[in-house]
Amino acid sequence: MHNSRHLQLTEQGKLRHFLSIEGLDRSLLTEILDTAESFAGMSEQQVKKYPLLRGKTIVNLFFENSTRTRTTFDLAATRLSADVLNINIATSATAKGESLLDTIRNLEAMQVDMFIVRHSLSGAAHFIAQHVVPGISVINAGDGQHAHPTQAMLDMFTIRRIKKDFSGLRVAIIGDILHSRVARSQIHALNILGVEEIRVIAPKTLLPAHAQSLQVSVCHDMHKGLQDIDVIIMLRLQKERMRGAMLPSEREYFQCFGLDEEKLHIAKPDAIVMHPGPINRGVEIASSVADGAQSVILQQVNFGIAVRMAVMSMAMQTREERRR
Amino acid sequence: MTELEIRNGRIIDPVNGTDMIGSVYIRDRRILAVGNRPAGFQAGRSIDAEQQVVCPGFIDLGTRLREPGQTSKATVASETGAAARGGFTTLCVPPDTRPVIDSPAVVELIREKAEQAGFGQVYPTGALTRGLQGQELSSMYALKQAGCIAVSNAQPPLGNLLILRRAMEYAASHELLLLYQANDHCLSNRGCAHEGAFATRYGLPGIPEVAETIALAQCLELVKLTGCRVHFSQISCARSVAMLRQARKDDLPVSADTAMHQLHLTEDDIEPFNSAYHVIPPLRSQADRQALREGIAAGVIDAISTDHQPHDFDAKLGAFPETEPGISALETLLPLLLRLVAKKVLTLQQGIAALTSRPAGILGLDCGSLHVGAAADICIFDPHATWCVNAAHWQSRGKNTPFWGETMRGAVTHTIQAGKIIYHQSHRSDA
Repeated sequence: MHNSRHLQLTEQGKLRHFLSIEGLDRSLLTEILDTAESFAGMSEQQVKKYPLLRGKTIVNLFFENSTRTRTTFDLAATRLSADVLNINIATSATAKGESLLDTIRNLEAMQVDMFIVRHSLSGAAHFIAQHVVPGISVINAGDGQHAHPTQAMLDMFTIRRIKKDFSGLRVAIIGDILHSRVARSQIHALNILGVEEIRVIAPKTLLPAHAQSLQVSVCHDMHKGLQDIDVIIMLRLQKERMRGAMLPSEREYFQCFGLDEEKLHIAKPDAIVMHPGPINRGVEIASSVADGAQSVILQQVNFGIAVRMAVMSMAMQTREERRR
Repeated sequence: MTELEIRNGRIIDPVNGTDMIGSVYIRDRRILAVGNRPAGFQAGRSIDAEQQVVCPGFIDLGTRLREPGQTSKATVASETGAAARGGFTTLCVPPDTRPVIDSPAVVELIREKAEQAGFGQVYPTGALTRGLQGQELSSMYALKQAGCIAVSNAQPPLGNLLILRRAMEYAASHELLLLYQANDHCLSNRGCAHEGAFATRYGLPGIPEVAETIALAQCLELVKLTGCRVHFSQISCARSVAMLRQARKDDLPVSADTAMHQLHLTEDDIEPFNSAYHVIPPLRSQADRQALREGIAAGVIDAISTDHQPHDFDAKLGAFPETEPGISALETLLPLLLRLVAKKVLTLQQGIAALTSRPAGILGLDCGSLHVGAAADICIFDPHATWCVNAAHWQSRGKNTPFWGETMRGAVTHTIQAGKIIYHQSHRSDA
């Protein structure tokens, strides 16, 4: 807690790395959203390049496959005029920590400025941030089941765009909370930004044993859980959950926890529907809802670029200030 | 030197209920007298133990020496040396070496190495199943003949309960004690932290209490069936303490220990992703720690072990779940015990009993006390000396401890095994 705050922030409270939402305060999250707003406003009119990261080298270091997250980071960096190096490392090639560190040391030697890290193990981004030479920023693009802070911030950005204010909002997060780094980061962000209530809705097999300790209310029934809800966040269901005896079938999951039009009607009439993607149509969400009027799923994708530009430019600015 | 005198120490010997200022006299590897100087005693060497505690040498129920097989982590010589520095005169070694201790040759190898090193007595524990594969019985009789005083499942999973039943029956036939680590591997499901608020928050795969309590309950039922004497190693849960309390009432031939770190740390103490805290069984909740403390004080848990697991630097370098579990614990044991005494969790008598007479009783060894005629295995420590856990004051190859950098109170000044000084502090009072 103190530890991760200390690692992410400079003594002046500026963003040095972006590893987790936990430990950040409301003003910093608001600063990220405001900075993203300045980029989003522009990109809606015409795609424009900013020279903020000119001459900087950003490495997308992906130990786990991802197309969308990597692409949006890539686009964000390009729009900030940075040079981007994409490195995909099959997890099997770096099964041990020492080789993870060797990879980092080799890249450091190439004078890079920022690592965007995705890894299948919780704590990997922390580990890299603890061991990189000073001056390199680490942005967590998803570590195991721990955190995916830029995804959570683009979700917050989307909510703020549409709902204007967080106070008074009731947010439901539905699906595989247990394995979701996105859900953990969203819960921290929503609590810090001061929503009225966060409800997690899932069968017990997909909930952490101590879910309540995350300051959420827990519900196993969509019909109860969706009442008075302003924001519905659906999570992607991994197919392998059927094999691990966590669920009997996709069909039964959809019946109980899938969002269809009937269940959507339980929420407030102006509720918005979000999903971090990629969508499993007919598993966690019906196509008619995913493509319906209340869905903001595609806007989320677009805002993802602005939010990532914001985080990258803020971390780089901190670094430049420290150099001076 | 055949005659040794330890003068004016505070002698604590839990078995005899001794707590007095006095001297201990040693002749020919054995305790000759406690209290008054025997007529005609001519000390070849004399140790001034004023302001110090003189007690039986510590006995550990679970020390990994890493040899054979993992000498990049530690060796018999390095860890028995660290143990001597920590006040230990007797160590019980789990069978999960590489190769595992499932043949007389490995037992002999470890004993020979220990003898060459010249520190404390080392007792290898035999594997319960061949290769610890959990499928076929090991040659327990041959292992016993070679010097194993117990058998253990260590950490690898057993194939099924029928194999456990048969192994317990066979061990009981040869009057071998089973050191059992209660862990249902399906339920622990490759977890790396207690299934509680910490694991929830940091997205770490959790190990629920039931992984321990279900395995414990199954084994207790098999004790009733087979009559095998079982010692449960390194229990970690409040529920386990309650189950053991009941087992005592039922007069089952069982005993248990918990690791010293479980009496101090909980999941709330873990610095996020700091692999020094990665240990199995995991650091549990405050309620579990409280129950373990009460269990030790009430004697439901008989002994405190180190669960010493030295690692090389690389083993702890990585994302938390991929690092190797375990704490290097021999040298912090005494100061951590004294912290429990200072917190009034235990009296000094109770604490020393949990490290000496109690484990000796469990293992059936003729040590762990200061009776006249017993082997002169003695620990002398200064309860007030402070020192810092750092490279200058550390002997184990494994520097993997969450207490690294902390200031400790209480330092061993001499360790004596069978009348021979195997450790003495060269310079007193530092930090």
